[in-house]
Amino acid sequence: MIASIEQLDGMAAEYKQKTGAYSKIVKICCGTGCISSGALRVYEKLNEAIAAERLTDKVLVKKTGCHGLCERGPIIVFGDDEILYQTVGKRNLDDDIRLLLKTVKDGTVVENLLYKGEDKTKRHVSPRDIPFYAGQTRVVLALNGVLDPEDIGEYISFGGYRAVHKALQMDPVQIIEWIQKSGLRGRGGGGFLTGTKWRSCRDASGEPRYVIANGDEGDPGAFMDRSLMEGNPHAVIEGMIIGGYAIGSNHGFIYVRDEYPLAVHRLSIAIEKAKEQGLLGANIFNSGFGFDIKIYRGGGAFVCGESTALMSSIEGKTGEPRAKYIHTVEKGLWDKPSNLNNVETWACVPHIINRGWEWFDSIGTPQSKGTKVFSLVGKVKNTGLVEVPMGITLNEIIFKLGGGIQGDKRFKAVQTGGPSGGCIPGEYLDMPVDFDSLTKLGSMMGSGGMIVMDERDCMVDVARYFLKFLVDESCGKCTPCREGVRRMFEIVDNICKGNGLKGDVEHLEELARAIQLGSLCALGQSAPNPVLSTIKYFRDEYNIHIEQKRCPAGVCKALTTFTIDPEKCTGCMRCAPECPVACISGEKKKVHTIDRSKCIKCGTCYDVCRFGAVKYE
Amino acid sequence: MEVDTAAINTIIDKYGKDKSYLLAMFQDVQRQYRYLPKEAIQYICDRLHIPFSKGYEVATFYASLSLTPRGRHTVHVCLGTACHLRGGPNILDTFERELNIKKGETTENGLFTLESVNCLGACALAPLVRIDGQDYGKTTPGSVKKIINEYGESS
Repeated sequence: MIASIEQLDGMAAEYKQKTGAYSKIVKICCGTGCISSGALRVYEKLNEAIAAERLTDKVLVKKTGCHGLCERGPIIVFGDDEILYQTVGKRNLDDDIRLLLKTVKDGTVVENLLYKGEDKTKRHVSPRDIPFYAGQTRVVLALNGVLDPEDIGEYISFGGYRAVHKALQMDPVQIIEWIQKSGLRGRGGGGFLTGTKWRSCRDASGEPRYVIANGDEGDPGAFMDRSLMEGNPHAVIEGMIIGGYAIGSNHGFIYVRDEYPLAVHRLSIAIEKAKEQGLLGANIFNSGFGFDIKIYRGGGAFVCGESTALMSSIEGKTGEPRAKYIHTVEKGLWDKPSNLNNVETWACVPHIINRGWEWFDSIGTPQSKGTKVFSLVGKVKNTGLVEVPMGITLNEIIFKLGGGIQGDKRFKAVQTGGPSGGCIPGEYLDMPVDFDSLTKLGSMMGSGGMIVMDERDCMVDVARYFLKFLVDESCGKCTPCREGVRRMFEIVDNICKGNGLKGDVEHLEELARAIQLGSLCALGQSAPNPVLSTIKYFRDEYNIHIEQKRCPAGVCKALTTFTIDPEKCTGCMRCAPECPVACISGEKKKVHTIDRSKCIKCGTCYDVCRFGAVKYE
Repeated sequence: MEVDTAAINTIIDKYGKDKSYLLAMFQDVQRQYRYLPKEAIQYICDRLHIPFSKGYEVATFYASLSLTPRGRHTVHVCLGTACHLRGGPNILDTFERELNIKKGETTENGLFTLESVNCLGACALAPLVRIDGQDYGKTTPGSVKKIINEYGESS
């Protein structure tokens, strides 16, 4: 049990001594991404090999949370950022284990496992040498790839729960002032000032009050909350305890989406361990303040990311939003004052308490403070999670950290803000990324998903995709969203099938306005954004689909045919076996042909051809 | 069908008969039966003193609950934005062709149920497929057959 700062320091010292006794520490990323790339097998095999060499006392192999560079998983880091190995075990697991043992025994750097960038002559040993990491400012993610998320002692040894102790010495109102002055804004999508929300909840009448962490990360393409809940769950818990104390609440809830089983598992362990240590429960640090946290699992409904729908879901009902004439800070969960923040927002709180609001305020732009985690995915070379100061340009994120477009294709657009956001074209790549500039462009920050698209992506198809998503996920409570989005989908679907009519685009714009005005919740009101932003920046592409019945990117199946250029085909036999319907015929070193009657236009042949012989029109 | 009331009682009691955990109870029942039998909804509603209509409303609202029996293995093909752009729809098409069922259906031998999902949060490894909690990243139409073969009749 930890009841004083001395005991907290004692535990930290004990852990530091324990890890200090090892001559080598090997950190294996065991986030969802690396696990699916085989990280657990690497962990087991490496431990076996180390035991066989009788090195178990000298070498500590630990499972950590997500390191961020999921593209190159499984990732292993030696010591304090000394060496980063990537794609370990992807070619031959036993060989790679032998190579790892070499590094374990005498520190030999294995060239084969190092990260390789564009410039093949450049050697990247430490993560600090890799542009993906060097360009980041890691605050919220700082400990993600460092500590074992299932061990509370590790978190404490890195300064964990000191912020709770400090906060409990402060006046609750002073904490709220700090959060207000820090400029922290909600990381989940809305970008509302966190401190202002806390104050409203504290000032609202009614008991008890509730504190909620929104871990229903439904934006497709965003996974920073998953990574935080899996990689550093105590940071979220710590933020919530501080929030509870400031607001005057003793009850916390974490709502995690059903698709994140590992996050639920690690949060459950973290809560249990914090209770064992007295850091959750009654009388934390002998302050007289008590706080508990319960986990609620979602049921695979996107709309439950909306605050009122989420609260309804916690109450055991369907996740349908309600109108917010009365804010949830006044009447939320069970009609009591409830303060809901996103997981990443909660994880920022301990840092602000530890380092002071002035420090947080010094990072970012005048209106958007601090750092923000983005999930950089789609057609970018280095996919994964990046944490950068607000105000950095899209260009820096996509081309410097992300390494540019895969296959060196042409950049077309970047989608931010998920189904509530929009597509931003190339001419705005030098725009600083913050809450307000993205909104100005007709998109939004959202929770930080950044999906990069190249010349092979059709913007009409992207609009169709988001509409389909929203048709599936609309809760059905209000008519503008339920029926309006469906009508928009039908129009765009027709355009993609070559049945678009003159006037369709204008009709879409009209419907969009009605949905924006008439929908009940923010998700409905913002549902037309993906269509409006693609019309705004890529109107030509809509017109070509409608007037010329052509899909310039070769995505819309009804408007595309694939052929093989006999001049360029070398008969390398690469495309034929990859074709899922076996419609490519040809012999080795002879020109291949596509049977158009069987072709399903999946584009696999185009993607695998190394000679540019497959063409689409 | 008859449901095992003892097992369902254990689930209800695990959550302290708290109505707010209705969804969690349904999910736990589904884990046992691989779907949510109507009789289980009725039984839980009776014990929690809530109308069946309310329980049915919750059971049909959440995508993760199924009122029809599912196959031994559930294939979730991710169709999040990143997966969509990197060929997710082709992966779903390939599963449909190889298993000879449409999305939402179960194979005749009861081995597979095919579903799509709107984002599993492993977008860096798109296109992603999850089968019974095991993730397969960077899948291709060619790798689909191999994945299916991992789950033979014996597994």
